Amino acid sequence: MSPLLAAETLGKFYGARVGCRDVSFDLWPGEVLAIVGESGSGKTTLLRCLSGHIPASSGKVRYRTRDGRMVALDEMSEAERRMLMRTDWGFVHQDARDGLRMGVSAGANVGERMMAVGERHYGRIRAAAVDWLRRVEISEDRIDDSPWSYSGGMRQRLQIARNLVTSPRLVFMDEPTGGLDVSVQARLLDLIRGLVRRLDLAAVVVTHDLAVARLLSSRMMVMQQGQVIEQGLTDQILEDPQAPYTQLLVSSVLQV
Amino acid sequence: MYVAVKGGEQAIDAAHRLLDEERRGDRSVPSVTLEQIAGQLTLAVDRVMNEGSLYDRELAALAIKQARGDLIEAIFLIRAARTTLARFGYAEPLDTRAMRVKRRVSAAFKDIPGGQILGPTFDYTHRLLDFSLAGDYEPPEAARAPGALRSDMPRVLEMLGSEGLMEQPSQEAREPADLTQDPLDFPAGRDLRLQNLARGDEGFLLALAYSTQRGYGRTHPFAGEIRLGTVEVSFTPEELGFPIVIGAIAVTECEMINQFKGSATVKPQFTRGYGLGFGQCERKAMSMALVDRALRAGELGEERGAPAQDEEFVLSHSDNVQATGFVEHLKLPHYVDFQSELVLLRRLRAGTEAAKHRLEAAKDRPEAAE
Amino acid sequence: MNVPAYNFAYLNEQTKRMIRRAILKAIAVPGYQAPFASREMPMPYGWGTGGVQVTASVLTPEDTLKVIDQGADDTTNAVSIRKFFVRTAGVATTGKTEEASVIQTRHRIPETPLTEDQILVFQVPIPEPLRFLEPRETETRTMHALEEYGVMHVKLYEDIAQYGEIATTYAYPARVAERYVFDPSPIPKFDNPKLDDCPALQLFGAGREKRIYAVPPYTSVRSLDFEDHPFEVQRWDQPCALCGTRESFLDEIVMDDRGTRMFVCSDTDFCARNRGER
Repeated sequence: MSPLLAAETLGKFYGARVGCRDVSFDLWPGEVLAIVGESGSGKTTLLRCLSGHIPASSGKVRYRTRDGRMVALDEMSEAERRMLMRTDWGFVHQDARDGLRMGVSAGANVGERMMAVGERHYGRIRAAAVDWLRRVEISEDRIDDSPWSYSGGMRQRLQIARNLVTSPRLVFMDEPTGGLDVSVQARLLDLIRGLVRRLDLAAVVVTHDLAVARLLSSRMMVMQQGQVIEQGLTDQILEDPQAPYTQLLVSSVLQV
Repeated sequence: MYVAVKGGEQAIDAAHRLLDEERRGDRSVPSVTLEQIAGQLTLAVDRVMNEGSLYDRELAALAIKQARGDLIEAIFLIRAARTTLARFGYAEPLDTRAMRVKRRVSAAFKDIPGGQILGPTFDYTHRLLDFSLAGDYEPPEAARAPGALRSDMPRVLEMLGSEGLMEQPSQEAREPADLTQDPLDFPAGRDLRLQNLARGDEGFLLALAYSTQRGYGRTHPFAGEIRLGTVEVSFTPEELGFPIVIGAIAVTECEMINQFKGSATVKPQFTRGYGLGFGQCERKAMSMALVDRALRAGELGEERGAPAQDEEFVLSHSDNVQATGFVEHLKLPHYVDFQSELVLLRRLRAGTEAAKHRLEAAKDRPEAAE
Repeated sequence: MNVPAYNFAYLNEQTKRMIRRAILKAIAVPGYQAPFASREMPMPYGWGTGGVQVTASVLTPEDTLKVIDQGADDTTNAVSIRKFFVRTAGVATTGKTEEASVIQTRHRIPETPLTEDQILVFQVPIPEPLRFLEPRETETRTMHALEEYGVMHVKLYEDIAQYGEIATTYAYPARVAERYVFDPSPIPKFDNPKLDDCPALQLFGAGREKRIYAVPPYTSVRSLDFEDHPFEVQRWDQPCALCGTRESFLDEIVMDDRGTRMFVCSDTDFCARNRGER
């Protein structure tokens, strides 16, 4: 078996400033990797490089396509990359407004990816939208409503449904529970965990919240000043952090 | 019996004759002459030449008369005339340093080499209606400077530049873009943007420039130098191979000094915005310089969010001939499209009505069964 | 004073060559919006400057020109454009569809079927079918290049979800030669089927937006739809009150202020022919 996604000495520089540097890891099918660190540690830059939103300055990101080839992102054509982004990949933004088409109904939001890959049967699109809204616990009678009328937690769930409708194999999440109330967060995390397990999704989750990492991920990477300072199994790192910075993070957050 | 309306042709002819008559106005009053327009409504002529992008005072005066003083209509007339003219080639770049200056001010320094020269300006006039102008008032002759002004007036921004405080303008050696010859393409270079702004609507640019001052894309501007005067136009005919002077035109130039920019490795420098237009057009040239600078946000690594920083938005909507045409085209008949909407709307309403009946019928039924 | 002398059909030859190159490119890539350096014309933008420039560039002295607006030859803008060409090109003009070699139109396709010897020139206000979904030119260009047209169906989906049917009645988007999605100009969707496999050359000129595109003769034009909500054209309950046809697009005429309506052909030439009045 080979990895689904592989980063090889990945770096991103803005002039002399380092976004992230020298990041290498393999992500296996069905595996959830959490990238944790404070704001400014380079985790979001890394996520954007991994997902092809911005070009890396050095190193490679390779992805195993459905036909089994490992293809480097920067060697794909724009068309291939965009196709990947709307079929095999998902991206859940921290602010749902960045990930949703706010001007159209919830149903259209879920159906868009299906239409983008050529589905031309209204009834089937509608049925899939109903099904996915149900799976993210949104009542069917809200299907024709605008996302503007949704609460923050509902928008986030809608964004997840919109991403999962094409059965992607890999989902990138940028602080998926950021900015939500604690009770809403818990419900959303529960939902994400359930979906990821049931659909056997691989995911890369960026978070500053160790509780999110613990709940969702099996493996985690700790970043500081653009570099990975520690990586390993999530439980292991949280139980027995090695790097002083990780020790600080763990002690400051988890004991509260 | 209905007979379809005919006679559009006669109606148009009659309307045009009425227009001619209205334009002429009271026949007991002499018709306004082109000399009067060109000589006394000079700033209107300047604006029409600017946005019409054709330097010809006489044609501009004619256009203003024909347009009954509607300047956008006059600009439109000039553009339509311009498009038919043969193109001989491009003039050499204007050397505004060698301008014969009529007015020149800097808001950045109190005193500058060559002096502050106020020239013919509305600035500092009290905006009180001057009833003497209602009659045949002849003003006394204005005093002139005793000596000749410097023929080589140094630029304020060059003075800052020699100290390294001012970013240097790019020195790309290539033919500038020309949107009258090629369609506007995005992303646009600064050359194309400046051409677009020079032809752009004064009011639109003014509002955009104003918005940058009110926080929608701030640039911290200082009017480094504004100069008005005449410059020579040179042209290199192919058969000669060297430039010859073919005439002189009046222009207004504005160079703005804007917020500085630097990094760990590059020492901070002021940035610049540029405006240039035909004739006396200070408001336009200043607005242009502010918008030029705002549009450089991307290139200078600034966050872009304000309307004046949005290249596609600004350049696509600056042209008043395009804008007025498209807005006013709503006057044209849209019978067919409107009919299509009517048919649909009636059907949709009928559908809703039917659904309501079905709903009510369904509601009635259980009661009937009881 | 310099009084300009005008060339045949107004535009100078240099300009016409430039426009013809754009037309050739447009024909070579059906449905693709070829940019061209649109010139200022003596009529306002939005009033047919694109169509006029295309017509001026394809017109020869031997041509017979027909100009219609809303299907009729005698609407004001049609009269104005026809007069412009009579004045600047001196070509013969006609109201009869089958006699014309070049037909410039705004908002309609004639009901009389066109032939291989004819060119139909459309006036286009907004050439970009994706514009109202994506305002950025740089992005819409990429979407066309990558055939990313899913968002067009999002709009159709919304219509059905909201109204139970597709609520676009004119400027109805279609796919040309199974490649480019294009805007057939604000013709009623009633006319869309006429675009498909048409023997005549169909040229589209957008002056303000500086684009020319084409549907070459006998090219497939498929209106966007869903399998279970197929494309349909408008229908009227009654025939034309003047000629009795049920085949044509009908204009609604308000007869009085008590709500009396009457429906007549929008194509005045077609109606006159049916009535034997030509």
